[in-house]
Amino acid sequence: MSGTALDPKTAPLFPIAAKIAMGDAQMRKNVRHATDVIQTKRARVVAEMPDWQQLREAGRQIRQHTMENLDFYLEEFERNCTRAGGVVHWARDAEEARRIVVELAKASGSDEVIKIKSMTTEEIQLNQALEAAGVHAVETDLAELIIQLGEDRPSHIVVPALHKNRQEIREIFQRKMNLPELGDRPDDLADAARMYLREKFLRVKTGVSGANFLIAETGGVCIVESEGNGRMCLTLPETLITLAGIDKVVPRYQDLEVLLQLLPRSATGERMNPYNSIWTGVDVKDGPRTFHVVLMDNARTEILADEESRQTLNCIRCAACQNACPVYRQTGGHAYGSVYAGPIGAILTPQLQEMHYAQSLPYASSLCGACYEVCPVKINIPEVLIHLRNKVVKQNTAGVAGLFDVEATAMKAMAMIFRSEKRFRAAQRLGRIAESPLTGKDGWIGWLPGMLGGWTQARDLKEMPKETFRDWWEKRGKNGN
Amino acid sequence: MVRVLERLGHTVEFPPGQTCCGQMHYNTGYQAEAMPLLERFVAQFKDAEAVVVPSSSCVAMMRDHYPKMAREIGDSKLNEAVDALLPKVFEFSEFLTKRLGVEDVGASYPHRVTYHASCHGLRNLGLGDGPVRLLRAVKGIDLVELPSVEVCCGFGGTFAVKNADVSSAMLADKTAAILSTGAEACTACDNSCLMHIEGALHRQKTGVKTVHLAEILAGEEVAR
Amino acid sequence: MATETVANSARTEILRRIRAAKGGDSSAASAEAGWAAIERKYKRVSSRSREDVLELLEERLRDYDAQVMRVRLDDIATTVARMMSERGVQRVVVPAGLKMEWLPSGFEFVFYSEDADRRNGDSGGDALTAAELDGMDGVMTGATVAIAETGTVVLQNTAGQGRRAVTLVPDYHLCVVQVKDVVETVPEAMERLKGSATLATTFVSGPSATADIEMTRIKGVHGPRFLDVILAG
Repeated sequence: MSGTALDPKTAPLFPIAAKIAMGDAQMRKNVRHATDVIQTKRARVVAEMPDWQQLREAGRQIRQHTMENLDFYLEEFERNCTRAGGVVHWARDAEEARRIVVELAKASGSDEVIKIKSMTTEEIQLNQALEAAGVHAVETDLAELIIQLGEDRPSHIVVPALHKNRQEIREIFQRKMNLPELGDRPDDLADAARMYLREKFLRVKTGVSGANFLIAETGGVCIVESEGNGRMCLTLPETLITLAGIDKVVPRYQDLEVLLQLLPRSATGERMNPYNSIWTGVDVKDGPRTFHVVLMDNARTEILADEESRQTLNCIRCAACQNACPVYRQTGGHAYGSVYAGPIGAILTPQLQEMHYAQSLPYASSLCGACYEVCPVKINIPEVLIHLRNKVVKQNTAGVAGLFDVEATAMKAMAMIFRSEKRFRAAQRLGRIAESPLTGKDGWIGWLPGMLGGWTQARDLKEMPKETFRDWWEKRGKNGN
Repeated sequence: MVRVLERLGHTVEFPPGQTCCGQMHYNTGYQAEAMPLLERFVAQFKDAEAVVVPSSSCVAMMRDHYPKMAREIGDSKLNEAVDALLPKVFEFSEFLTKRLGVEDVGASYPHRVTYHASCHGLRNLGLGDGPVRLLRAVKGIDLVELPSVEVCCGFGGTFAVKNADVSSAMLADKTAAILSTGAEACTACDNSCLMHIEGALHRQKTGVKTVHLAEILAGEEVAR
Repeated sequence: MATETVANSARTEILRRIRAAKGGDSSAASAEAGWAAIERKYKRVSSRSREDVLELLEERLRDYDAQVMRVRLDDIATTVARMMSERGVQRVVVPAGLKMEWLPSGFEFVFYSEDADRRNGDSGGDALTAAELDGMDGVMTGATVAIAETGTVVLQNTAGQGRRAVTLVPDYHLCVVQVKDVVETVPEAMERLKGSATLATTFVSGPSATADIEMTRIKGVHGPRFLDVILAG
């Protein structure tokens, strides 16, 4: 069973979590190495595509169009999936989704389920709910297996165990699989996982998955994967339960021609990932006899309602933004306190929490824009971050308590200064006066008090110029040049 | 910047009432406080033939957000004024390379220099290799490429204070890259990056300084 | 009208929220119009010669460590024999509908038929459980379409390709791709697949792999670790 789940409701503020995370030198090294590798691979396969920008634009339009017609496409999917023998359920929130999946799992008569990696199931902490109901969930994705056996938590959407190196993985497998002689070459580790899981694949009767895409036009479901554990879980069990956020729906089969080009190149830097599975409803001669899809809202409709941040739902979970993010590179995923980390996490997590929690996440960014540059569906993450910051400020400054918000007071004061030339000049003069006790002989300030102390932690601050541009300009004017 | 523009034969004016574009407020979530600053900017500069700004982040702020902000304020006259003004606003290096079409501004700066691509200039303004072409034309300059040139320096406005630890870690990577070039100075189109970078270079007593692109282009050969 | 069940009320509520969030209902007409308006300026047709397309497929398959042999249609059987000998493979599953003339003698081909219901314990001599599949050396199939640009072979539940487990459980997969079924791009492939879109479909791009351990691509976690392709026509 996993360790304490990443829960935005209880996670520490990002600056604090980041500081702790950055103290782990091994993790930082692993994260750097992994993100460097994926970024290089991605760049190479994207450079091969002269129509990459046109694909991105089509991806953006497909996703935007979907959200604009979400009700229509969800109903169409339900109709077509049901017609093909699937059973469609609807869940308003995490609790309802958990309840439905647990009931279905129990009804399938199995006390074990094999799972394909699904961030959606992590989002609702499904495994814990299953365990509590006496159903043991076995993660079959290698990274998730590593996480589960290591009692850890995922730190990346696509490569959840990216923060672990081979020695750490070997150590976990040695202990939990009882393989004291296990080597640490990646091949050895993969072999160990293969043997351990094969037994489960051939025996366990119930599978649980997420979904990459739900195809409205056909009622089909598409899973994109690398290892083959997905194929195992989708075809060998008798009962399959698929959990999907309502944002996973895609209008038509043809639209996969765009998404299946954007996703593998962005996620793992491959022209195509090893296996994609598309199945429609039930075919008793090929796969499970019973197939359930649980369509979950869990605050996605809240995001839909905010026109400025609605584009958050366009995400196809490639994690290219995580790999490109210079902040993520330093802190790894756990610091974000959510299964969705990095840039997408910074905008998705607070919104899934309806802005009641994770308010420090929109500030966990220098707004450098590297994420927007690589997003295959052109989500303008920096713009959404700024919009969410505005929402946080409005929350913090609301009501009586809001009057005492220190930061807001300082910002209002500065705004007042910037609104008037006289006040601006006065502030410049005052600044020079205020800083003079802090300024060293060489013209540098090594220490600042209070909130500003964050600056002088690692940096000096040059004193204000003795002659501001304004002074220089005016003097020049008097002298004729 | 004034020196360079005048050297190229232009007349420069400095409206003394100008203060700030509002980026710090807007980006930190204080949109309401930023609105009056937009109005002020428009009032100060609306009659200019061209507005040149030695800061790519300020210009990005204006291009990316002013139209939307003006619409929110809801004054149609203001909308028109913003739409008319923005095409006349340029970041300094893009004014030279794109508007004036010059690369050689008659500068001299005989030092080893490395260039950092500020995020706003790189991604929001699409400055491309404009700044580097300007630098290459500088007499006597020894321009060295900066490894990981496109990676953010970690300033990010209030980010540097609100997330000081991460900001410092990002900065450490940037200064390490700068030091690896052996450059005497690091340049960029944004003083915010440079202030940030120099803060660490100075704290670590490296002897490496930062210098704004405009200062390099202003450099003149001392007449013998 | 019957009292709303919990299930129905969740459905109603979610749809209501969506419509409130968007400010209106969507109809088939609005969805149709919106979808048709999506700009598709990306590449949708082949830009290479047929020969170049075939060479590209070979190259991309080899990039994924698949072995590829390019042969004439009447040389398929002999090539199958050669590749299977090289792999040391003897006992191979074959889905019903695979062309008999592709099968050489000297090997044990176990036919798999869709019609026998294996789960009722009635193996009918022809069906195979997962455990039985596990005991095979390999599987041989045809393919529906192959995508040159990405080195992908697409299998569907149809004659000569079989149900999904058949190409999943055995450790070796020998796949015969006919030249007429090769396209250059992903959009062309989806176009070909559109008519059979509801059949169980698997895109295979190289043998099973993972990059979860320090980002090194390792072959063969689950799914066949060895993939051979015969490109014939």
